[in-house]
Amino acid sequence: MNTVKACISRIDEVNDKLNAIIYLDKEKALKQSGTPISIKDNICVKNEPTTCASKILEGFRPPYDATVIEKLRKKGFALMGKCNMDEFAFGSSCETSRYGPTRNPWDTERIPGGSSGGGASAVAAGEVPMALGSDTGGSIRQPAALCGVVGIKPTYGRVSRYGLIAFASSLDQIGPIAKNVKDAALLLGVISGYDEKDSTSANLPVPDFMKSLTKNIKNMKIGIPKEYFPEKGLDKEVSAAIEKAKNTLKGLGANPIDISLPHTKYAVSCYYIIAPAEASSNLARFDGDQYGLRENASSMIDMHIKTRTMGFGNEAKRRILLGTYSLSSGYYEAYYLKATRVRTLIKNDFSAAFKECDCIMTPTSPTPAFKIGEKISEPLSMYLSDIFTIPANLAGIPGISIPCGFTKGGLPVGLQFLAKAFDEETLIRAAYAFEQNTDFHTKEPKL
Amino acid sequence: MNYETVIGLEVHSQLLTESKAFCGCSTKFGLPPNSSTCPVCQGLPGALPVLNEKAFLYTIKTALALSCEIQSFIKFDRKNYYYPDLPKNFQISQYDKPLAYKGELEIEWDGKKKKIGITRVHLEEDAGKLMHDAAKGLSYLDLNRSGVPLLEIVSEPDMRSPEEAGVYLQNLKSILQYLKVSDCNMEEGSLRCDANISVRPEGEKTLGVKTELKNMNSFKAIRDALASERKRQVELIQKGEKIEQETRLWNEESRVTVSMRTKEETHDYRYFPEPDLIPFTVDTKEIEKMKRSLPELPQAKKKRFISEYGLGGYDAGVLARDMEISDFFEEAARLSKKPKEAANWLLGDIARILNEKKTSIGDTALKPTHLAGLIKLIQSEEITGKTAKGILGDVFATGKSPEEVVKDKSLTQITDSGELTSIIDAALKENKKSVEDYKKGKANAIMFLVGQVMRKTKGKANPQKVKEILKKRLNNA
Repeated sequence: MNTVKACISRIDEVNDKLNAIIYLDKEKALKQSGTPISIKDNICVKNEPTTCASKILEGFRPPYDATVIEKLRKKGFALMGKCNMDEFAFGSSCETSRYGPTRNPWDTERIPGGSSGGGASAVAAGEVPMALGSDTGGSIRQPAALCGVVGIKPTYGRVSRYGLIAFASSLDQIGPIAKNVKDAALLLGVISGYDEKDSTSANLPVPDFMKSLTKNIKNMKIGIPKEYFPEKGLDKEVSAAIEKAKNTLKGLGANPIDISLPHTKYAVSCYYIIAPAEASSNLARFDGDQYGLRENASSMIDMHIKTRTMGFGNEAKRRILLGTYSLSSGYYEAYYLKATRVRTLIKNDFSAAFKECDCIMTPTSPTPAFKIGEKISEPLSMYLSDIFTIPANLAGIPGISIPCGFTKGGLPVGLQFLAKAFDEETLIRAAYAFEQNTDFHTKEPKL
Repeated sequence: MNYETVIGLEVHSQLLTESKAFCGCSTKFGLPPNSSTCPVCQGLPGALPVLNEKAFLYTIKTALALSCEIQSFIKFDRKNYYYPDLPKNFQISQYDKPLAYKGELEIEWDGKKKKIGITRVHLEEDAGKLMHDAAKGLSYLDLNRSGVPLLEIVSEPDMRSPEEAGVYLQNLKSILQYLKVSDCNMEEGSLRCDANISVRPEGEKTLGVKTELKNMNSFKAIRDALASERKRQVELIQKGEKIEQETRLWNEESRVTVSMRTKEETHDYRYFPEPDLIPFTVDTKEIEKMKRSLPELPQAKKKRFISEYGLGGYDAGVLARDMEISDFFEEAARLSKKPKEAANWLLGDIARILNEKKTSIGDTALKPTHLAGLIKLIQSEEITGKTAKGILGDVFATGKSPEEVVKDKSLTQITDSGELTSIIDAALKENKKSVEDYKKGKANAIMFLVGQVMRKTKGKANPQKVKEILKKRLNNA
């Protein structure tokens, strides 16, 4: 089932409906053997369209491979084109793509999550067995939860960012999306490792993640942070599924303990100062000078303005404006600088918590997949989709989302584990134990 | 009313590293456009910077030579602004924590020693180069220069005249060349200088409104621009007008400064810490080690030349200014044991030839052994001083040693009295009128006769000996 040929056949069958994969050179793909994998459109694949689902990068074909792509090629993976995403990874629903929204295979009227919605949808629908996504505030974990698949955000620095078109440099990480924990762990092992081309990558040995597939979580202390189970804002079916999962884990010998992460309530605000600020700087280079879209105008400055006006979607513009504002003279101390201090407090919450527990469990997303169009006109409401995933990015710690149930309407619910920095092994061990003692990962959407 | 000029200089110097500040591309000057680029210095999406360790060390070295304090916590910042020569539309630079601060550079100006304060020294990356073709209405972008490491050195506003500013810059250039961290070539753009200037009534403590001057492409341009701007500011104040705080461009043709932008248009660079480069701390032990291994700097060398070789202050200063010349001098002095002679040759004929050829001594065929050889040949009277000048030219041209040239061209000085006497007698026979003039009491006639003998011997005769023998012959004749 996992051959290139079989995948292409499946893609032909369902991709028109899902719009998960936005670029695929079938002839080229068929020349490859090995495990098929589709790549999020913000990761540079040499000479292949890499557009971040944005008009402003129309026609851009990078002259180089991202480090993770080099690693995949070396290990003989078969690259299967590019997956859809929110434009420049700005979003939690995959609706801001210039290629149109991707649909959730479990209910095609609903979003797959974002920003790695294309990858999660493609894997859930069986188009490809694996995908690479990126996670800045939850963009791997949240779509994985909404599509009933596995997604890992590695520790910041675990995977090289060289070749990942930057959104927020201090938060971005590339990570695996797969149908099950074993495949995700395998892919994580392939893409991880120190890269001298990325000054933020950690010069630490990569463990053999496959060794964590033991199913043994006896006496594992699992922290349950009360701030992630609010009275309002958390869907009742989601909290029920998580409660059930907690009992399953208990039955496997784990020890859930109550913990507190007191600064959680500041995380979303903190993130929406820091991330857009870094994004506003990272996206400054898109001006029509060297590559991508260039609108005609009579002066350089008019060309820049026209190109960026036509090239960026509304959410991109919103974040660039927000980011520019919070970095500007007179506001820097009050916003950006303050946010970086709050970030340290959030990080310290986790450090303290991990003295008491081995890992932390939370819902991944406060709601199951919502309908396409439901939140797109309400940015703040959209931003709250990431309320449980954002803190891990701010703290730089790793997180995994795995399927842990379904709503009455048949929509997947995701369970998140968080661990301390560079302890993906505990995540994999906890996730695998849960997965292998349940059957949620075996269910498939009826397309 | 007398006005005092207050000047500060901001210098950018390209570092002599093999590769750029944040990527491995070559920094070599003059390569075909866009042939030394990569995703990083092109600012392509997804590319990331990696700090060039040598660039960092060169910056520290320079800071130590300028007696600066070194920052213990090293971080970089993004300076955000739009310009086509800046591919990322931000420059990786340093903002609130420059690599070094609070230093000083001692200069000798107007007969006095003075310390010019150094506010800060930091490391940043250069932008690309734009070339405009007005006729075609096109601009061309060459990214070879994008990412080249730049040292930025900002002085305190301690200079009080354009000339003093020139001396400061000359001294700074010397140090940078000495440390071999930069070649400081203003024509190639590896040394750039902007100036800040204000005036105030003499005795006044508060600073006047300053203007920033740019587009000065030579030492002379800097002095001229500062002089022109000083005049403009004083005239405005005398008219009762206000000085506008602005950036002004020096125009070489019209010899005036022209306003470039006013305060309202000044950039908000939205500085924030560069998230792609991890901050780090510097080992104080390493800094101490570097301090101890600094080479002898121009000021110290000048003092040593005065005391060790007995050179005059001016000569010592000129020799010490250029490390190649000073090294050459010391070696030639050692070999010839005649430092004053070596100094004279270097400051005189050799300097002239280097100037004509627009080259540095290291790029010529002349070696210290050659100079020492030349000096020895003169000392031993094998050649005359005049012949030596010609031989120098030959050495430059062919790379042959002076001894070889003398041999090849049979330039050995004629000192043998017998040989000289017969030539002199011949000259006397051929110039009977001069002999008569001399006998009539015209003392100068002997110089003419000496000249004739020199001509006959093609300059090889020892002029003192000729004069001696001539006198004897004339008196006997």
